[in-house]
Amino acid sequence: MREIVVISGKGGTGKTSITAAFAHLASVQGGAMLCDLDVDAPDLHLLLAPDRQEEHAFYSGREARIDPSVCTGCGLCAGLCRFGAVMPGPRAFGIDPLRCEGCGVCERFCPAGAIGFSEKHCGQWYASAMRFGPMVHAQLFPGQENSGRLVALLKKEARERAKALGLTLMLCDGAPGIGCPVISSLSGASLAVVVTEPTPSGRHDLERVVDLCRHFRIPVAVVVNKFDLNPENSEGIEDYCREQGHALAGRLPHDEVVVRAMVQGKCVTELPETPFSKALRGVWEVVAHHARTASRPSPFPNTPNA
Amino acid sequence: MNAGIIAVTSEGPGMESMVDSRFGRAAGFVVVDLATEQTSYVDNGGSQSMAQGAGIQAAENVARAGAGVVLSGFVGPKAFQALSAAGIQVVQNVENMTVGQAVDKYKRGELSTSDAPNAPAGGNKG
Amino acid sequence: MIYAIASGKGGTGKTTVTASLAAVWDGPLTAVDLDVEEPNLHLFLAPEITAEEPAFLEVPVLDAARCILCGECAAFCQYKALSLMGKTLLVFPEMCHGCGGCIALCQEGALSPGGRELGHILEGSAGAARFLMGRLRVGEAMSPPLMRQVKARLRRDAAGDVLIDSPPGVSCPAVNAVMDADVIVLVTEPTPFGLHDFRLAVEAFRPLGKPLGAVINRAGIGDGRVQDFCREAGVPVWAELPFSRAVAEAYSRGEVAARAVPEMRGMFLALMARMRGAAAASNPEEADHA
Repeated sequence: MREIVVISGKGGTGKTSITAAFAHLASVQGGAMLCDLDVDAPDLHLLLAPDRQEEHAFYSGREARIDPSVCTGCGLCAGLCRFGAVMPGPRAFGIDPLRCEGCGVCERFCPAGAIGFSEKHCGQWYASAMRFGPMVHAQLFPGQENSGRLVALLKKEARERAKALGLTLMLCDGAPGIGCPVISSLSGASLAVVVTEPTPSGRHDLERVVDLCRHFRIPVAVVVNKFDLNPENSEGIEDYCREQGHALAGRLPHDEVVVRAMVQGKCVTELPETPFSKALRGVWEVVAHHARTASRPSPFPNTPNA
Repeated sequence: MNAGIIAVTSEGPGMESMVDSRFGRAAGFVVVDLATEQTSYVDNGGSQSMAQGAGIQAAENVARAGAGVVLSGFVGPKAFQALSAAGIQVVQNVENMTVGQAVDKYKRGELSTSDAPNAPAGGNKG
Repeated sequence: MIYAIASGKGGTGKTTVTASLAAVWDGPLTAVDLDVEEPNLHLFLAPEITAEEPAFLEVPVLDAARCILCGECAAFCQYKALSLMGKTLLVFPEMCHGCGGCIALCQEGALSPGGRELGHILEGSAGAARFLMGRLRVGEAMSPPLMRQVKARLRRDAAGDVLIDSPPGVSCPAVNAVMDADVIVLVTEPTPFGLHDFRLAVEAFRPLGKPLGAVINRAGIGDGRVQDFCREAGVPVWAELPFSRAVAEAYSRGEVAARAVPEMRGMFLALMARMRGAAAASNPEEADHA
């Protein structure tokens, strides 16, 4: 099984539009299992209109709750909580669920036994079918911790389903940032496609996310989107990639077709050809090739880790 | 720890099940007593549902099962450290075979133990 | 007054808006980058950094000589930062959330507070404004602890107004960034992705009970459904910033829109006035003192 994970560090670089087009292009080459790992703000479904066939609840971690009828108002928990999650109330104390990290300290030390500590329902996940094949996706409830576990669960479910369907390629719209969710998105990836743009933020975040890939020994292919906004910066990014030994998958022009496709709920490659979609097809060929051939620079057969 | 008891990360409960290449998020462990040829299955579902620390939890499960050797695909640094602390030997890079085949290879001395993890930290998240 | 600039979706122009507001703001101001995973505000405000300090999270340190291997701490820890394996208690500081529970539990005094480096807190000045940012260490998985420390620093010596560049999204870090603000400014764009993520953000932030307004960036691209939604949901639109290639190019050169593109300056001044109006309306007493 080959896994392509599209990431960007910075938001708004076109990651999701590009992933959707990849799904379209892959569908005529044997197909792929699609997975939206941006569980905090998933957008892929807006282009692909998946038909939900399964829906599951997602539980993760625990949360404290004070029973006001038992609470004596001693305030010990408020003093112990490192997260500022215990709020004084008129008669009893209460827990602010947005600040509670589910550590269990308040429950353990409450002399009155007034605090419950139960599993937390954090979101929903779905297995769906859409016009290019199967898709696994989710929605975290607002304000929930994106620990990376929902991402891990989606990847596991997607892998199992892909295997059962005989698919050999998995295509993932990765989580943003460089924290836990993106680390989870990258685990087990054959290739990370990093979508960037020729802006200071784009460059800055590219470097951080590429560092992360190096840390996890995942090969990288870089796509420079909206390159014509600043050709000089684009060249700087490409030079940087060459110096660092990362593959360049290509450059894409700034084109209003991306928004036009989005408004129609379509992939750019489903609309009449534009310079953008033409360049994107080229990018996909490079990405698909690298995904087939790139190998993890890893210390396998029982050699000690560097 | 008993070096005659080995735990193999497994996708299913029997000797004919495929080896699960993941350690922390393995579906379960087939535990084989080499002396008696008896096998048992330890479900690893609890580790799979953890937000973090699946590798450490899985190591605790293996230790509880009394195994002295683990056969798996990829073991991360925290799980490796935990297994080592309990005196459990680790054989890595075991994949694409059944549990039975892995056990036979081990018995024939074709698998050697490792002294370092072969997977990056956080790999269990996937 | 603390104003948090947030967005459901990344890349809508949150940092552009924050940087431009900082550029036109009158009166004492602190500009804060709480997007510690991907801090970008400094790239536009080009602050002079006068202090950079590492930030630490309290994690347990084991004195093995005192440990009696009772396993209570390991059984208690929700994050698997402690594990009793055979005759060894293992500590995994990178898993720790810093709740302090294990240290409080241990009767033998075998665990004491130590530190894990979360990243850095940088302080300085950008023009007349004070500047503050957190930068998460690459490989560090948790951003809320560093954000909490940046906010604590902010409270310690706050003067005048505060503009917070928040992390994108609606999950824990984003809510963490806006929950101590007086006013929330949500930056979106008039596209289906923009609308979808904007709705999630409104749903996430509204229960906080703070005045909340929208800035529609790149107005003119996409469609009019964000405006429709704002009308239906009763979210005031505090600014519509037209799409302009000049702004996009200025951004790509690291320039602040309100400085680089003359007609933008007036738009940001108007936005500032609306934000202040919303703050005053929700908290008349404090506004009198200001």
